Amino acid sequence: MAVTDSPRTLRVRPAAGPQAAGRARLARRRRALTGKAVVNVSLLVFSALYLVPLLWMLLASVNAHADFRLSVPSPTGENFHRILNSDTTYRPMLNGLLLCGGGTLLCVVCSVLAAYPLSRFRSRLRRPFLYTILFSTGLPITAVMIPVYSMFVQVDLIDSMPGATLFLAAAALPFGIWLTKNFMDGVPTVLEEAARIDGANAMQVLWRIVLPLMWPGVIVVTIFTFIGMWGNFFVPFILLLSPEKLPASVSVFTFLSAHDQTQYGQLSAFSIVYSIPVVMLYLVLARRLGGGFALGGALKG
Amino acid sequence: MTATTAAAGTPAAVRPRRGRPTAAGLLRGMPLLPALVLLAVFMAGPIGYCVYYAFTDMQLTGASATHFVGVDNFTRALRDADFRNAVVLTLVFVVGSAVVGQNTLGLGLAVLMQKAARPVRAVTSTVVIAAWVLPEVVAGYLMYAFFFQQGSLNAILRHLGLPQQNWLYTLPILAVCIANVWRGTAFSMLVYSAALGDVPQELVEAAEVDGAGPWQRLWRVTLPVIRRSVMTNLMLITLQTLSVFGLIYTMTRGGPGNKTETLPIFMYQQAFTSSLIGYGTAVALVLLVVGALFSVVYIRMLKVEED
Repeated sequence: MAVTDSPRTLRVRPAAGPQAAGRARLARRRRALTGKAVVNVSLLVFSALYLVPLLWMLLASVNAHADFRLSVPSPTGENFHRILNSDTTYRPMLNGLLLCGGGTLLCVVCSVLAAYPLSRFRSRLRRPFLYTILFSTGLPITAVMIPVYSMFVQVDLIDSMPGATLFLAAAALPFGIWLTKNFMDGVPTVLEEAARIDGANAMQVLWRIVLPLMWPGVIVVTIFTFIGMWGNFFVPFILLLSPEKLPASVSVFTFLSAHDQTQYGQLSAFSIVYSIPVVMLYLVLARRLGGGFALGGALKG
Repeated sequence: MTATTAAAGTPAAVRPRRGRPTAAGLLRGMPLLPALVLLAVFMAGPIGYCVYYAFTDMQLTGASATHFVGVDNFTRALRDADFRNAVVLTLVFVVGSAVVGQNTLGLGLAVLMQKAARPVRAVTSTVVIAAWVLPEVVAGYLMYAFFFQQGSLNAILRHLGLPQQNWLYTLPILAVCIANVWRGTAFSMLVYSAALGDVPQELVEAAEVDGAGPWQRLWRVTLPVIRRSVMTNLMLITLQTLSVFGLIYTMTRGGPGNKTETLPIFMYQQAFTSSLIGYGTAVALVLLVVGALFSVVYIRMLKVEED
């Protein structure tokens, strides 16, 4: 694929005549084009290397005797067939959906509510509050997990799915509020003022006027929060104990820890099933944000 | 109700200067309440606990036998060779995989992708982002398989005629660093791609006409223009890398021995394997304070809009 690039660069002939200036330009052009070919080839080689672990997972998932070698098997659906049952896949996925779905819903509702006064009203407390929120987005959640564990033991919330859901929601809240507020700032206030003059109260304005204008933003916040929670391993690993309550993120780990008899083909198949939701959601997100690259911009705040 | 609506219309109520908050102000702040309660109970609460427990000898068995021990946990940490090992490994991990690895690779990719053909750009960004979108534990599993003695990396090295290693035993910290680079570079790449798009093209062309080579253009023109993005990116990836747990734990569980035991892993092992909750919490507090310092620097760079 990439090799075809270099002969093509040699065939390109600029229209300039045989003057010295033209020749200089031609040389520079040719150098630029060779440079371009080098760039293309090295990026493709790099991508191929980067792809190896992913490729191994895809191949192992359809290999009945998968090991760590990168080999092309005669494809079989056996691994998927073996894992697609209630104990291995459906229950952990459902647990993940309950935890992350509930946490995301709670987080987004609280974020939208909190973002409204922060975006619309001036107050002495606004700036300190925004700074605190921004500050909390940077705190390492990993570090508070041990005190959270002690706290949950004392109030008997350990091994409780609602407890873990509430914590996941709270941990995602600072970033959720920050992102929602930024999206809300982009909604013009003209319509709102008209509605207010007509006697609508703040909640009516938020629900009837502001939200309909910022659904795309709310969807972005929702997807973003959900992806973050779905991949979170440490929080459920610490807060949930019973095997039947664990979400998929933890079961990948327990699967892998059963060292001697780990079926790598099945684990790969499970990893793919577990990853599909976030990959799909990311694709939706990337499309909404105009091809992934805007995401970097959105994150800059 | 009508009274408050009327009050909200007057300038004095819109911007309450000093004194107690007005009834209207409180009412307007009501929507903040659910978020405030959640944050107070599940964020501020644990942070408070963290500060308190760090000064006790609490054990996993329960709070009954817990005593206040002052700064014992911290002096113990300073004397603990395993703690010092964890600090060094955390530094190596953060500097090696984030500041040097992800940051440089992300910038390099963004610069090269600007010059690349469109399909090549699409392929590269898709592959790099795919590694980023995968859940942390899956990335850890894939990297474990990649670095395993019979894994893909050694197979590639054998084909190239290069020496092979049992990576997860001989150079485990390098393996987890590369794993974190593999997983996290997409973030830096996205930030830099966005930033490079904002660099005025005339500026770069002017430098080129003046005879600046590609390296000089990058160092003297592009980087100074995007320095805010560089700083933001560095802060964010440092904060992310500082709290990486699942990736390392899936790959090595901190081992072999304690060769990949960064602070989060060390903290977890102390609290739950050695059941020393108090000591583990003291380590957590150290991590929290370091994170908080970085976070303060980060918000100082981002301006909350002026009122």
